[in-house]
Amino acid sequence: MALPIPSAPLVQQQDWDVPEQVGLWTDVWRRFRRNRLAVAGAVIVVILVLDAVLAGLLVQIGLIQDPIKQHVELSATGPSAAHLLGTDELGRDTLSRLMFGARISLTIGILVQGIYVLIGGTIGLVAGYAGGRVDNLLMRFTDIWFAFPDLLFVLVLVSVFSPSLLSIFVAIGIVNWVGLARLVRGQVLSIKEKEFVESARAVGSSHFKIVLRHLVPNALGPIIVTLTFGIPAAIFLEAALSYIGVGIQPPTPSWGVMIQDGYQAIYAAPSQVLFPGIAIAITMLSFSFIGDGLRDALDPRMRR
Amino acid sequence: MANTAIGGRPARGALPVRRLLAPSSRGAALALFVARRVLWMVPVLFFVILITFTLMHLAPGSPWDKAGGRQLSASIVENLNTRYGLDKPIWQQFLLYLWNVTHFDFGLSYQYQGRTVSALLVSAWPYTATLGVLAFCVIVPAGIGLGVVAALRQNSRIDYIAMGFSTFGASVPNFVVGMLFIIVFGVMLYNITGGNYSLPVSGFGLDDHLIMPVVTLALLPTAFIARLTRASTLDILRQDYVRTAWAKGLSERLVVLKHILKNSLIPIVTALGPTFAFLVTGSVIVETVFVIPGIGRSFVEAVTSRDYPMILATTVLFSVVVAIANLVVDVLYVFIDPRVRLT
Repeated sequence: MALPIPSAPLVQQQDWDVPEQVGLWTDVWRRFRRNRLAVAGAVIVVILVLDAVLAGLLVQIGLIQDPIKQHVELSATGPSAAHLLGTDELGRDTLSRLMFGARISLTIGILVQGIYVLIGGTIGLVAGYAGGRVDNLLMRFTDIWFAFPDLLFVLVLVSVFSPSLLSIFVAIGIVNWVGLARLVRGQVLSIKEKEFVESARAVGSSHFKIVLRHLVPNALGPIIVTLTFGIPAAIFLEAALSYIGVGIQPPTPSWGVMIQDGYQAIYAAPSQVLFPGIAIAITMLSFSFIGDGLRDALDPRMRR
Repeated sequence: MANTAIGGRPARGALPVRRLLAPSSRGAALALFVARRVLWMVPVLFFVILITFTLMHLAPGSPWDKAGGRQLSASIVENLNTRYGLDKPIWQQFLLYLWNVTHFDFGLSYQYQGRTVSALLVSAWPYTATLGVLAFCVIVPAGIGLGVVAALRQNSRIDYIAMGFSTFGASVPNFVVGMLFIIVFGVMLYNITGGNYSLPVSGFGLDDHLIMPVVTLALLPTAFIARLTRASTLDILRQDYVRTAWAKGLSERLVVLKHILKNSLIPIVTALGPTFAFLVTGSVIVETVFVIPGIGRSFVEAVTSRDYPMILATTVLFSVVVAIANLVVDVLYVFIDPRVRLT
C-alpha cells in the first residue's frame, strides 16, 4: 500500500556524530543509575521487599525467631548471639519483629498508591479532560476534601471502622488522594492543548483512545514521581497511627507498635525504640531518594 | 508563578453579571476577593461537619458500649440517649448540632461526663497554641535561612549539610525524632551527668520543658521550607535582573536582600499555609510523645475512647485554623506579588 519512496543510496560514511537514539525509559534508567543515592535507595527497597516476602519462610527454616513468641525470662535484653538485636519487654525477638514489620509498612505504603490512582487519578483525569462545569464541581469537591487535616481524618476513619490493616489502608487512601487529583488535572489541562492531541482528535480518535494513548503516557512521569513520594508519607501515617495505638493492633509486629512497646521500657532498653525508629527512617529515606532520582531522571529539561 | 489564579475558583467562565459588577479599583477587588474567600469557608466547614458527623454515626455500636466490662442496662442507655439527644432522628441531631456550633456550643463530652467539649477545648488550647506559635517562630527563620544560605553557596559544604539536614528532617518521622531526643537528652544525659541534668521528658511548663517538643514539631516544616527556599532562590539567582544587579556593582548585602530574597520569598508565603497543616498534624503526635495535655493529645484520647462530640469539635476547630491560615496566606500573597490576578 505504501507509496514507493525513491530511496537515496545509503550513506555509509558520516562526517558527523548522530546522537544515539534511545527511548525515554532507557534514557530515564540511564540517568537514574547515575544518581548514587537513588540507586542505594532502590537496592535497600529491593532488600526490604525480599525480606517482606521471605520473612515467613525464614521463620519456618528456623533462620529467624517467631516474631510473636514470648520468652518472658528474656525481657528487654540487649543484642546477643541468640537475639541479634535483643528482645522487647515481652521477650520477643526484635530482629524478627522488625523483619515482619517491613511487611506491614511496605504493603500499606505501596498498595495505598493504588487507591490514590483509583480516586485521585480518575477525578483529576475527568476534571481536566471534561473541563467546564464538571471540572468546577470536582475541584470544589477536592478543595473541601483538602480542608481536612490528613492525620485527623485518618484517625477519625480508623476509629469509626475499628483498627485493622484494611481500614488503615482504606483510610489513608481515602484521605490523601487530593494531591494526585490536582497534579493529574494540571497535567491533563496542559497536555490536552498540545498539537498531537488536536491531531488525534482531528483524525477522529475516540475520547477513550485519546485519554489512554495520549494523555496518560505523557502525564506518567510526574505521576510516578508523586506516587513514589507518596509511599514514605503513607508509611509514616501507618507508623504514626500504630504508635498512637489506633493502627495495627498487637501482637502483630508493626514498626509503629514496636516503638510504642519499646517506649514502655525506654530506660531499661532504649535500643528497642531505636531499632524500629532506624528501620522507619531508612525505609522512608530510601523511597525519598528514589523519588528524587526519578524526578531528576524524568525531567526533560535535564535530558542531554 | 506569574499571573497565578489564586482563590477558590478558576479564572474561566466569568458571567456577564460579574463583569457588570466588576470592581473599579484594586482595593475594591481585594475586598471582594477576601469576602468571597471568607464566604467559601462556610460551605467547606459545612461539609467538614457533615462528613465527620455522618462518619461518627456510621460507626457500629453505641458510645455506651463498654469493652469487655459489664454492659449498661437498657433503661440507663435510654436515659443517656435522651440526655445526649441521641434519641432524635439523625437529621434533627445534625441540624441541632449545626445550630449549636454557630453558638460555639459543641455539646457534652462522652468521655468526661458532665463537662462540655468547649470547656475541655478551652483548657487544652493554651498548650497547643504555645507549642504551635513557638514552633512557627523556629520554622520561618530557620527554614528560610538554611534555604537561602544553601542556594547562595550551591554545591558547597554548607549546601550539602543544609540539604542533608532537610532530607533527614523530611524523612524521619517526628515521633521517632521525639523518641530519639528522649533517649539522648532525657535518658543518656541523665545517666552521664549522674542524674544532675537532663531535659524533662513529659509534662509541660514554660521552661526547658518546651525545648524538645518545639524542636520536634518544627523539624519537618523547617526541612520543607528550607528545600523550597533553596529551589526558589536558585531560580531567582539565574534571573537577568540579578546578573544586572551584580554587574552594576551593588554590594552583596543589597543584591541578596533586595533583589534575591524579596523575590524568592514569594513562593514561600504560599507554603506557609501547608505549614499550619503540618503543625496541626504534628501537634497530635508531639503532644502524644511528650505527654502534653493539649488539643492534639485530647483528640487522640477522644478517638481511642470514641468521644464523638470531642472528635467532631476538634476536627472542626483544626479545619477552621487551617482554613483561616490559608485565607491569610492568600491575602498576603496579593500584597507581596502585584502580578497576582484576583479571581
